[in-house]
Amino acid sequence: MKNFFKIAAVTGIFAAVGLQSCKPKDTANAVSGDSGIKSYVAPGKYDEVYNFVSGGFSGQMSVYGLPSGRLLRVIPVFSNDPEKGWGYSEETKPMLNTSHGMVPWDDLHHVQLSKTNGEADGRWVFGNANNTPRVARIDLTTFRTAEIIELPNSGGNHSSPFITENTEYVVAGTRFSVPMDDANGDVGIDTYKENFKGTLSFISVGKEDGKMDIAFQIQCPGVNFDLSRAGKGVSHGWFFFSCYNTEQANTLLEVNASQKDKDFVMAVNWKKAEEYLKAGKGRKQAVRYAHNTYSEKTHTATSEIKTEVIVLDSKELKDICYFIPCPKSPHGCDVSPTGEYIVASGKLAAVIPVFSYDKMLKAIAAKSFDGEFEGIPVIKYESALYGEVKKPGLGPLHTEFDDNGNAYTSMFVSSEVVKWNIKDLKVIDRQPTFYSIGHLCVVGGDTKKPTGKYLIAYNKITKDRYLPTGPELSQSAQLFDISGEKMKLILDFPTIGEPHYAQAVLASVIKDKSVKMFKIEENAHPYVAKGEKESKVVREGNKVHVYMTAIRSHLTPDNIEGIRMGDEVYFHVTNLEQDWDVPHGFAIKGADNAELLIMPGETQTLKWTPTKVGISPMYCTDFCSALHQEMTGYVRVSPAGSNVPLKFGTGVTKPEVAAASK
Amino acid sequence: MKTLTVLASLMIAAIFSSCGGEDKPKTETGAQEAPQSMVKDAETYDPKRGEGKYTAESLALSDKLDEAQAKVGEDASNVKCTSCHKMTEEKLVGPGWKDVTKRRTGEWIMNFITNPDPMIDKDPEAQAMLELCLVRMPNQSLTDDDARAILEYMRKIDGVK
Repeated sequence: MKNFFKIAAVTGIFAAVGLQSCKPKDTANAVSGDSGIKSYVAPGKYDEVYNFVSGGFSGQMSVYGLPSGRLLRVIPVFSNDPEKGWGYSEETKPMLNTSHGMVPWDDLHHVQLSKTNGEADGRWVFGNANNTPRVARIDLTTFRTAEIIELPNSGGNHSSPFITENTEYVVAGTRFSVPMDDANGDVGIDTYKENFKGTLSFISVGKEDGKMDIAFQIQCPGVNFDLSRAGKGVSHGWFFFSCYNTEQANTLLEVNASQKDKDFVMAVNWKKAEEYLKAGKGRKQAVRYAHNTYSEKTHTATSEIKTEVIVLDSKELKDICYFIPCPKSPHGCDVSPTGEYIVASGKLAAVIPVFSYDKMLKAIAAKSFDGEFEGIPVIKYESALYGEVKKPGLGPLHTEFDDNGNAYTSMFVSSEVVKWNIKDLKVIDRQPTFYSIGHLCVVGGDTKKPTGKYLIAYNKITKDRYLPTGPELSQSAQLFDISGEKMKLILDFPTIGEPHYAQAVLASVIKDKSVKMFKIEENAHPYVAKGEKESKVVREGNKVHVYMTAIRSHLTPDNIEGIRMGDEVYFHVTNLEQDWDVPHGFAIKGADNAELLIMPGETQTLKWTPTKVGISPMYCTDFCSALHQEMTGYVRVSPAGSNVPLKFGTGVTKPEVAAASK
Repeated sequence: MKTLTVLASLMIAAIFSSCGGEDKPKTETGAQEAPQSMVKDAETYDPKRGEGKYTAESLALSDKLDEAQAKVGEDASNVKCTSCHKMTEEKLVGPGWKDVTKRRTGEWIMNFITNPDPMIDKDPEAQAMLELCLVRMPNQSLTDDDARAILEYMRKIDGVK
């Protein structure tokens, strides 16, 4: 213990020396002596904050506790997850349906918590699929994906999902402009300027049930929409999008899309758009997109293909959209807690421009424009500008805010976080990150009432932060204590996939709403067995339905005979437990999909097509009791056309039970 | 045999007591729970009543069976209990139900089936059963009405008319 303090003290001194020489030279000297205590959460104690982190190319979302950095959960969203049977069980397969058929992978970039009065309300968290454009809603009572909606007229759903202050809309802007879905898409790629359009999708969210629906889309010029934020407080009713590639290039983008000094922030008056929608100014467009919902009553997802969307044209409806020039390839486009300031971050710029909502409105009223871009008015830069943060660092990406009027901007190129004051735009502090920080997150940092205290940096590259694991290292998140004037690094923790944006909220907003089990009485699954008395095996032609139950510590039935080659066997397993944290698993030899993980009171189905004559064992995969190893059974598979009668049972060596067959 | 069981129970109680003590989190409510002293509980614990909200007075069992209630109890048992309990004396996962209402008081049964984890943690009889069955009885989240109906069904099995 004494040694610990010695080491801590020495590290502290090193850190102090390191800071004086401006930048630490290696990874070990960036922390101060008490960082361990600040991030320590004793065994058995809860963390203070939930951190919802995008799983990037893993397609999933992860949940961490802060300040400990403990991984609490990985929520499957856009990618198959054999561990939980997500995308493999018959019930969850429809969740990954799209207009292209089942798509078992995607790239989840951003997360966003639902909001009431501009604060996180802990009801839902949303995530985007970047590749095959979709938006998912995750229910925070179950921490499971409840709904996924596909987006037509989109390619690369990047500036998404961002949310208005009462979750009226989730917005999704296309990163890649593409020809509209009902236009002929078989065109020369070099006809970008002429044929490619960018669309912004406004997804409405049901006040009570969270149900999503594409309310309307706005057709915009062909540029790349990158990120977005809703206005809030004074600017409620507006949305702000960062755009790059105003050069409208279609090849070698890193050169050709970086020609101009300024790209744009696009300001969208969505209240105005609503008025036009009501007045019937939209065009009904024939499209195809999937809308998938999961029911916690039937424990089953349904997928519906929708065929129409209403599109408003920004070129015709002049006062919906305005461009504000913004230095070089803006990424973040972040709105201050009051809603007055819009901070844009040009990835290739040497300043951070801060725009004023009030000045923007005045500029629009005074028509202080610099002409038009593709039919959309361009506001004069100076007319909307509040001021610039000078020399903030290299490659500003994304800004969040604390509860003391400060902003924090991640600097990708110079690998640091820079703290500055919103009013006087002066830099207060800068701290290095290891390495190449992308987004950052402050607890409540995008809301009207940031909680502050913690800032998390999500780093793209880890290099020497962890024990080597071959060429690939886990991405690194770094936790900073921001309660003082200077930021203090207190913890590194690894993340899954390549994390992009994340959100954090006080645990108290969510934890008491957590569902502990599903009531078996309310289970409306068509193949539920409510109690062992209802377990049975039913043959329908070559389909065999097994109504199976699982409870500590056996499956019922656990002996099944009379299955024949060529049969499709559906194991509908109902977990009869009504206790917290007692899922049962189900696996059978040779299954070509995955396992099931069935929550208490739930029914899930594994389809199994036997490939061999003989005996196939099946078992529970989740260690559930001292007799878990005994939670097994056998299925006998006979040759096609054999006359072995259908028999099943548990605890009977010679089942008298006759098969109910059709 | 009886002495042996009592001895065994006492030993288990002793083991449990020595590992209880400060900040023992309850499974249900998590880490913020107040400390529980098992030693103290062992002194005041009433093994006839068990641990929970039911008492002989609050239960006020009648000599006569409520047939309709017993039927409700049978249905609820089929959903939540009979996977592990037979209606005979035979042990399946848990003990057979035959004569359970003669071995235990009504309030003990009610407390046990609605509050199994705390009971298994301290009740000598429940602990002795755990030694035999090796599976802690799952909390099946019974409603008060269902629990009462199941008790009525048990009484019916045991011959109450």
